[in-house]
Amino acid sequence: MNDFIGSIDVYLSAIWQTLFMALASLVVSGILGLAIGVLLYATRPGHLLENRVAYTVINVVVNIIRPIPFVIFLIAIEPLTIRVIGTYIGVYAATFAIAIGASFAVARIVEQNLVGVDPGVIEAARAMGAGPLRIIATVLIPEGLGPLTLGYTFLFVGLIDMSAQAGVIGGGGLGEYAITWGSQRYNWTIVYIAVATIIVIVQLGQFVGNRLARRALRR
Amino acid sequence: MSALVRLEAVSKSYATPAGTVTAVQDLSLEVAQGEILGVIGYSGAGKSTLVRLVNALEKPTSGRVFVGDDELTALPEKRLREVRREIGMIFQQFNLFRSRTVAGNVAFPLKLAGVKQPERDARVARLLDFVGLLEKAHAYPEQLSGGQKQRVGIARALATDPKLLLADEATSALDPETTADVLALLKRVNRELGVTIIVITHEMEAIRAIADRVAVMDSGRIVESGPVYDVFAHPSTTAAARFVATVLHDRPSADTLTRLRAAHPGRLVTFAVPEQKGFTGQLSRAFADHGVENEIVFGGIGELQERSIGALTYELTGADAAIDAALDALRARGVDLVEEVELEEQTA
Ligand SMILES: Nc1ncnc2c1ncn2[C@@H]1O[C@H](COP(=O)(O)OP(=O)(O)OP(=O)(O)O)[C@@H](O)[C@H]1O
Ligand SMILES: [Mg+2]
Repeated sequence: MNDFIGSIDVYLSAIWQTLFMALASLVVSGILGLAIGVLLYATRPGHLLENRVAYTVINVVVNIIRPIPFVIFLIAIEPLTIRVIGTYIGVYAATFAIAIGASFAVARIVEQNLVGVDPGVIEAARAMGAGPLRIIATVLIPEGLGPLTLGYTFLFVGLIDMSAQAGVIGGGGLGEYAITWGSQRYNWTIVYIAVATIIVIVQLGQFVGNRLARRALRR
Repeated sequence: MSALVRLEAVSKSYATPAGTVTAVQDLSLEVAQGEILGVIGYSGAGKSTLVRLVNALEKPTSGRVFVGDDELTALPEKRLREVRREIGMIFQQFNLFRSRTVAGNVAFPLKLAGVKQPERDARVARLLDFVGLLEKAHAYPEQLSGGQKQRVGIARALATDPKLLLADEATSALDPETTADVLALLKRVNRELGVTIIVITHEMEAIRAIADRVAVMDSGRIVESGPVYDVFAHPSTTAAARFVATVLHDRPSADTLTRLRAAHPGRLVTFAVPEQKGFTGQLSRAFADHGVENEIVFGGIGELQERSIGALTYELTGADAAIDAALDALRARGVDLVEEVELEEQTA
């Protein structure tokens, strides 16, 4: 316990780092993944921007990258991380890697939720003379917002998980704190404090996400 | 009256894994300005494809489509979007935006057309008032009944003051009473606003209620068309006769005919009842002149578009030659009759 009180500064900044990694990558992968997911949905055969070649290419890329275990992806993407961020360790490097890695997962979440949008309303918007981009922005996404919000909540939990794994490469955050101050010093109190903190963050994220989704679904 | 919609030898086929499906085949059609055209046909007849060709959601495989002065088949996609803004459409499942309120749904096409506030709000209020749903302006679609949803659909379709309204099975998801309300509203849209309407349906009742003209579709073709009264009174194809029989129960079905035959040994003849008075008297006299016994065994007379319509089936007994002579005399006077024996042999 004394060790924990001695490392309280580190603990607090680890919380901040975890939150930063999760939220910043949520925003970046949320937007990037939304774009890829919408493209996947719209280029499918029979959809708004039907394009077999584009669909196949994007689909294959997503299928290849998404299942790569994140710890391995982190290392594999290091050359790109160095080019963009300037280094491959630290919170920013980890955030970059998480954001890119998560984008592909987000793309699938988005695509699957959009497929659930009633094709009838798309047809109605087309019959009213709306163009494809307009339909995507003002019909497709608003109609899919409820399930999308739930998907993003699910994603947030995954991002916390990835931020902890990033601790392995010196990404900072509660994951690294639990390793360097906890398990490596056989200080299980610190490990459990880190675990409990992560549980609290995840629960908060779930709570907020569910509230937002309920509002979008008006339930 | 000039044609608002004209289809010239239009065909539409789809390539599917199972082979080519021809949804619409060499179809020509004109819809006059201001009329309500009913298009009836069984599932898969190509009705939805036909309306989707009219608002250019589908491109024909061959043939030409005209709406107003525009040849849709010659326009680029960007211009087609402008044309679609001038054509309203309503759907079987209503297809309202769940993420928008009733007012938001009606405002959507106005936003597309670039109508600014406060004009937009004023138009939305006027439209909701027209369909009788002003007090539901801030409700969401899931808070409405099916009939109310379709009213919103109609208000939304009329938002941009279209000349043409396409209704694809617009009442098929509604109960009979609500169906009647929605059809009455469509009739008002036609009479008060002068909107030309194409009503697609598989229910003859809807055609009977509002259409001026009817086209019967079968396997991608229009097999019969004409003023509603004429097609109901004298359907000339089996497809049309079958649809007419679903609303007018004045002609015996095959089952009824079998039962009638068992009970009545004489010859069975069905007469279409014309509009002129004194028809049954005319029949009685002809039978009496030839010494033919007669009895009415089936039939009914109703009203369609304020005109009488119906059929009567008689059992005739007497010498064959006498019956033939009586029927020939009636035919000579223009009476529309079918001897059920002949019909049976034809269809068997
Ligand atoms: N996009 C498509 N791809 C392949 N086949 C199609 C497509 N659209 C329609 N068809 C086929 O074309 C035929 C006519 O379809 P359509 O939807 O026009 O019929 P319908 O008369 O509206 O039927 P329903 O009363 O069931 O709505 C059907 O055999 C259908 O399977
Ligand atoms: Mg249909």
